[in-house]
Amino acid sequence: MLYREAGQFKASYQQDQAIFPITQDKIGIAALLAFFFLVVPFIANQYWLQAVLIPVLIFSLAAIGLNILTGYCGQLSLGSAAFMAVGAFGTYNFMLRIDGMPFLVAIVLGGLCAAAVGVLFGLPSLRIKGFYLAVATLAAQFFIVWVLVKFGWFSNYSSSGVITAQRVSILGMEFRSPEMKYLLTLSIVTVLALLAKNMVRSSTGRKWMAVRDMDVAAEVIGIRLMRTKLQAFAISSFYCGVAGALYAYMYLGTVEPDGFNLELSFKILFMIIIGGVASIMGSFIGAAFIVLLPVFLNVVMHTSVGAFIPANLAANLELIIFGGLIIFFLIVEPHGIARLWQLAKEKLRLWPFPH
Amino acid sequence: MQFKKGLMLGATIAGLLTTGYAMAQEQYIGLPSYRVGAYAAGGTALYGGWIDYMQMVNARDGGVGGVRLTWEECETEYNNARGVECYERMKNRGPTGNTVFQPLSTGITYAVLDRVAEDKIPLVTMGYGRTDAADGRVFPWVFPLITTYWSQNTAKIRFIGQQEGGMENLRGKKIVNLYHDSAYGNETIPVLQAQAEQHGFTLVNIPVAHPGNEQQSQWLRIRQERPDWVILRGWGVMNPTAIRTAARTGFPREKIVGVWWSGAEEDVIPVGDSAKGYIAAGFNVAGDEFPVIQDIKTHVYANGRGNMEDPSRVGSVLYNRGVVHGIITVEAIRKAQERYGDGKSLTPEQVRWGFENLDISDEYLESIGAAGFMPPLQTSCENHEGSGMVKFQQWDGERWNVITDWIESDQALVRPMIEASAAAYAAEKGITPRDCAAEN
Repeated sequence: MLYREAGQFKASYQQDQAIFPITQDKIGIAALLAFFFLVVPFIANQYWLQAVLIPVLIFSLAAIGLNILTGYCGQLSLGSAAFMAVGAFGTYNFMLRIDGMPFLVAIVLGGLCAAAVGVLFGLPSLRIKGFYLAVATLAAQFFIVWVLVKFGWFSNYSSSGVITAQRVSILGMEFRSPEMKYLLTLSIVTVLALLAKNMVRSSTGRKWMAVRDMDVAAEVIGIRLMRTKLQAFAISSFYCGVAGALYAYMYLGTVEPDGFNLELSFKILFMIIIGGVASIMGSFIGAAFIVLLPVFLNVVMHTSVGAFIPANLAANLELIIFGGLIIFFLIVEPHGIARLWQLAKEKLRLWPFPH
Repeated sequence: MQFKKGLMLGATIAGLLTTGYAMAQEQYIGLPSYRVGAYAAGGTALYGGWIDYMQMVNARDGGVGGVRLTWEECETEYNNARGVECYERMKNRGPTGNTVFQPLSTGITYAVLDRVAEDKIPLVTMGYGRTDAADGRVFPWVFPLITTYWSQNTAKIRFIGQQEGGMENLRGKKIVNLYHDSAYGNETIPVLQAQAEQHGFTLVNIPVAHPGNEQQSQWLRIRQERPDWVILRGWGVMNPTAIRTAARTGFPREKIVGVWWSGAEEDVIPVGDSAKGYIAAGFNVAGDEFPVIQDIKTHVYANGRGNMEDPSRVGSVLYNRGVVHGIITVEAIRKAQERYGDGKSLTPEQVRWGFENLDISDEYLESIGAAGFMPPLQTSCENHEGSGMVKFQQWDGERWNVITDWIESDQALVRPMIEASAAAYAAEKGITPRDCAAEN
């Protein structure tokens, strides 16, 4: 009843191509953004900002990055964490070595470094596909982490290859309090997510999807495979790189190359599988699911049965339940949780007269 | 854990009865433990020993100066992001907030390094973490207590020198450094190089890629190099593999010296008989004959409140290391109580003072039933390491036997390196080091 687009006529191409064509969606997104920008910083405490919201936002960005490459362009990648590392270490070095480097510029430059490395490791995708490509991107994962540990220059010769984020200030404003860090992270993630949402609806995104669905057919209709695939690698790595820089500067503060290990890459991959492959919203849902569910289970376990059963059993139970829930969701909805939202939306349109 | 519930209940009832007075008499400690994942074997033993010791102090003495210790675990899975979440979750719990954060993970240590200074919570990293944090002027909130990787490494070379009959005999010898190719493994290379120049031995660095369950080529190279000693800087599955491959290539195990993360029962038992003779460093020793461990058995395990599911692990190297964590935490609280008031629950900031003014002598260790169990320790504003001494233990196929007394590290070499590294950090972060003379 409420969610119905009847009567919403589009009188121009501009309206027709709007990023959220349905009025209710527009209102919903605006309300959501207003809530997160204007309300959350005042009602959330330090724990929520620093330990929940910031990491979820950052991992959402990384998941969007991987979703562009894997979900939209169909190139399976296991190197997301390594591209995050390039972004983090790149930003760190730009901030360190160039005096007066503005933080936002450094982040973009760090992202561009990641994009360049992404293109380099994307080259094998021109010849190999599917699982074989995943193995090729595995090389990126190990090689990049190795390089960052091996060559001291990247970490300014820290004895253990660890970098510590410099203080961030933009236009004289210090970004040290959790609220400020949260707002900066949210702004960057919002801008990049909207950009991504737009990109996948444009000719760029359509080319990616054409390549994903059948690359021979795509080539036949005049899509240049090399350019499209490498473009997807570049943009995906850029997103991951920016996420890595935010991970270092807005979340952890100090990072080591080993933190960006294969496990993290897998986690990002699980985020898009659980959240929804080829869905921007799915990236957010997946990130929230993978980051928050273990924490939630841990809290629940401590406040409920945790006091009665041995700690080892409790810790393992959490993992078992977590794994079980992943399987449950994949059986109930193989296309990810975002698909559930889509189905709900379609039902809402017809409600209350389904026929 | 049943006891914890009882404790909380008891504390709540007492609090209701005495309107808040009794509630104030507890000291909350957040434990970022890991009981699942690749390092679960270590995590369960370490945190188990630590919890058992606190349990014992509560049961035997009624807490520290009448203040009962309370704690809560938070599962980190040895994962940095989870560790940060645990840190944030626990930092304001209890009557005065989290007393001390000890993550037993170098990655999590780095991830909370900046936060602890802002939240004013001491961060204690025993035998891991950031080495240059031993300079307390730059890192007031971080305590890499007892010994750092760099200190330990100089003690290891001293031990090898002893075995060779004097440091001068090291000249012309060849030592292989077989290390885990990670931040952790790379950390000691600069110190080893400085020592190689100082003592005139040849150093050969051989990396092993993570996880290190295949070392055929490395040990082949070691056989070609014909070293006099091999330093094993391993981690997890890399340790038993190294010892097993050494046995297969015929390298004498008595000439392999492991770091303390390579010297637990978990590292040698899987190898079987081939591990006999293998030597490893440790800042605590194995064994359950110490009165402090016996106290844990009588006051905790006899009442069915022990934390270890397998009580036979009580007295193992890692379990005892957990007990060392417990001892030092308790002593820091005791020290802080001397200054800020007995029988009160203290703020983390006050306990930090306790960590900075620890003075645990051999006599004192004797009085708490831990003589020879861990090295004596004395911290100060400049020196957050406090000791630097390690013992060496040899595996005889059944148990670890201590074969040396406490060996001192070469602070003349290490301290300038720590200070230089800390100064570089301070310059990068714009930190003004504290003036220790002005504080006392």
